[in-house]
Amino acid sequence: MLSMQEFFRMDRWPNSYCPGCGNGTVMNCLYRALRDVVDMDKLVMVGGIGCSARIDGYVFADAIHTTHGRAIAFATGIKLGNPELDVIVVGGDGDIGAIGGNHLINAARRNMDILVLCVNNWIYGMTGGQVSPATPHTGISTTTPEGNQEYSFEFVKLVAECGANYAARWSIAHPFQLIDAIKTAHQKKGFRYVEALSICPTGYGRNNKLAEPAQLFEYLKSKTYILKQNGTHGSGIAVNLDGKFALGEFANRDRESYLESLKKQEV
Amino acid sequence: MREFLLGNEACVKGAILAGCRFYAGYPITPSTEIAEAMARELPKVGGTFIQMEDEIASISACIGASWAGVKTMSATSGPGFSLMQEGIGYAVMTETPVVLVNCMRGGPSTGQPTKPAQGDVYQAKYGSHGDYEIIALSPASVGEMFMLTIEAFNLAEQYRVPVMLLADGEIAHMRESVEVPEKINIINRKLASPGIVKEVWKPDEDGIVPFPVFGKGHRVYISGTTSDIYGYPSTVKPEVHEAVVKRICDKIRKNAEKIWRYECYKPEADKIIFAYGLPSRTALAVARDTDRAGVFRPITLWPFPEKPFGEIVAGKDVYVLEMNYGKMLYEVERVAYKHGAKSVSFLPKLGGAIHTIKEVRKFVGVD
Repeated sequence: MLSMQEFFRMDRWPNSYCPGCGNGTVMNCLYRALRDVVDMDKLVMVGGIGCSARIDGYVFADAIHTTHGRAIAFATGIKLGNPELDVIVVGGDGDIGAIGGNHLINAARRNMDILVLCVNNWIYGMTGGQVSPATPHTGISTTTPEGNQEYSFEFVKLVAECGANYAARWSIAHPFQLIDAIKTAHQKKGFRYVEALSICPTGYGRNNKLAEPAQLFEYLKSKTYILKQNGTHGSGIAVNLDGKFALGEFANRDRESYLESLKKQEV
Repeated sequence: MREFLLGNEACVKGAILAGCRFYAGYPITPSTEIAEAMARELPKVGGTFIQMEDEIASISACIGASWAGVKTMSATSGPGFSLMQEGIGYAVMTETPVVLVNCMRGGPSTGQPTKPAQGDVYQAKYGSHGDYEIIALSPASVGEMFMLTIEAFNLAEQYRVPVMLLADGEIAHMRESVEVPEKINIINRKLASPGIVKEVWKPDEDGIVPFPVFGKGHRVYISGTTSDIYGYPSTVKPEVHEAVVKRICDKIRKNAEKIWRYECYKPEADKIIFAYGLPSRTALAVARDTDRAGVFRPITLWPFPEKPFGEIVAGKDVYVLEMNYGKMLYEVERVAYKHGAKSVSFLPKLGGAIHTIKEVRKFVGVD
């Protein structure tokens, strides 16, 4: 088992996150999911732009901090360049789902052999709290000062529908389930997507009367419910209409992955 | 061995001989045959082809594969080249070897998909934001499309820089006989020493940083954010950013003489025609028929071969042919007047029209 000191780049500590940020819990869960199984010399962490996209830089493996939204495209090239590598993308809802949305759905469709960990805190945190495609309807952000007119994406449903081998959503208020989901995803082939609903007290909480991290935790718990049966999708469309978040596995299958299909062609 | 090839096929042949084993691209006229040939040929040599969802994804995947240790390439045309600018800046900043072919068509915007042009030669050098240098090559024949693709890979590997092959759409779509040499000179990137690499951005004495391929235990952190030599993002100290910009620019500027390729035909003539790509063929045809005109043909467009061009223009009239409304013209004016040229005049061709021998003879005054 790897110690935390072996898993993280200790010379980069302390990290740059705000007090109460959910990224610490996500990093902890990532470590606990991988510590028994990962080969740190084969792991490549890929991040785009954003607070959670910086998590890759704290892991003591090869890591690449790419351009905004493109982490999945970079990861695709890394994996195809050397299929032996264990490629994990980490990014936020804006990076993965807005500017990177096209790469997300196409990588899921291809069943590309990478794992994507999406830290969904419903806001653009690094730039100071602008609306994202995951911001709840009526939520206040600096670019929706009167409340968000739009409804938010359910990325996990989108990815499941696009054919990914694995799609699960948990929250940082459900760390043990999140660890298990990352573990399960890590050992599977094809495109694997794990979403961690997270909190941003600075960028979202402050503007929505939820400035205390504990309040946001309670809010997360009050808005989430655990699926009775894995693979059920609720409303059937990938837009959040009722402000509730189902948690659990939305897809867990073994459809032929991109690399498996490529290998078959070579034979 | 001689082969009769389409320009775009010659490019693929050169790329694979140079060691290209990964191609990510998106279809666009007049570059599409490159993707099609790569899809056929790469699997035969153990390489991988993928058609991505757009050109941003294409160049991103190429850069990713390059970090996995593979020689990579993409090809596109103007609209796709515009989308790639983000990735070009990233490749420059992270000193990633990657080859990009731009089969230039008429622009701006969708413009003339099937017509040749030379409108993107400044975009190649200045299209992404910030201060940087790249290398750009201009083939004037199908044979050069083949040889310069190999050269592009060698330069990209040697200098850890994106190298662009700026072919006009006509060269891409022309068929000519190509001499495929038996032996080809191949350059591979200088690799980092085994083990954990702490000083990830520390150059050797030649100004080039050894490349730490992912998955070899180097445990590096690579970022497009300004970083110090240890790879730590360092975004507020002027001296750190200055060192980065100087490193990525000076490795090209200081090696410019080694990078320059050009053809000088009758440099002693009173009139010098400056042309590259397709128009240079007309220029040479005109110069062959008169003692009064010579030709300077840059094969390396960037870095601009300032010294060899400057050396031959003193007291002369310079005539610029381009398939655009004035691009390299401004670089020519700068260098020519600095070195005492008498005049610089320009004959543009737009809309896919080609300079004819007759009109160039008239333009140069050798009728």
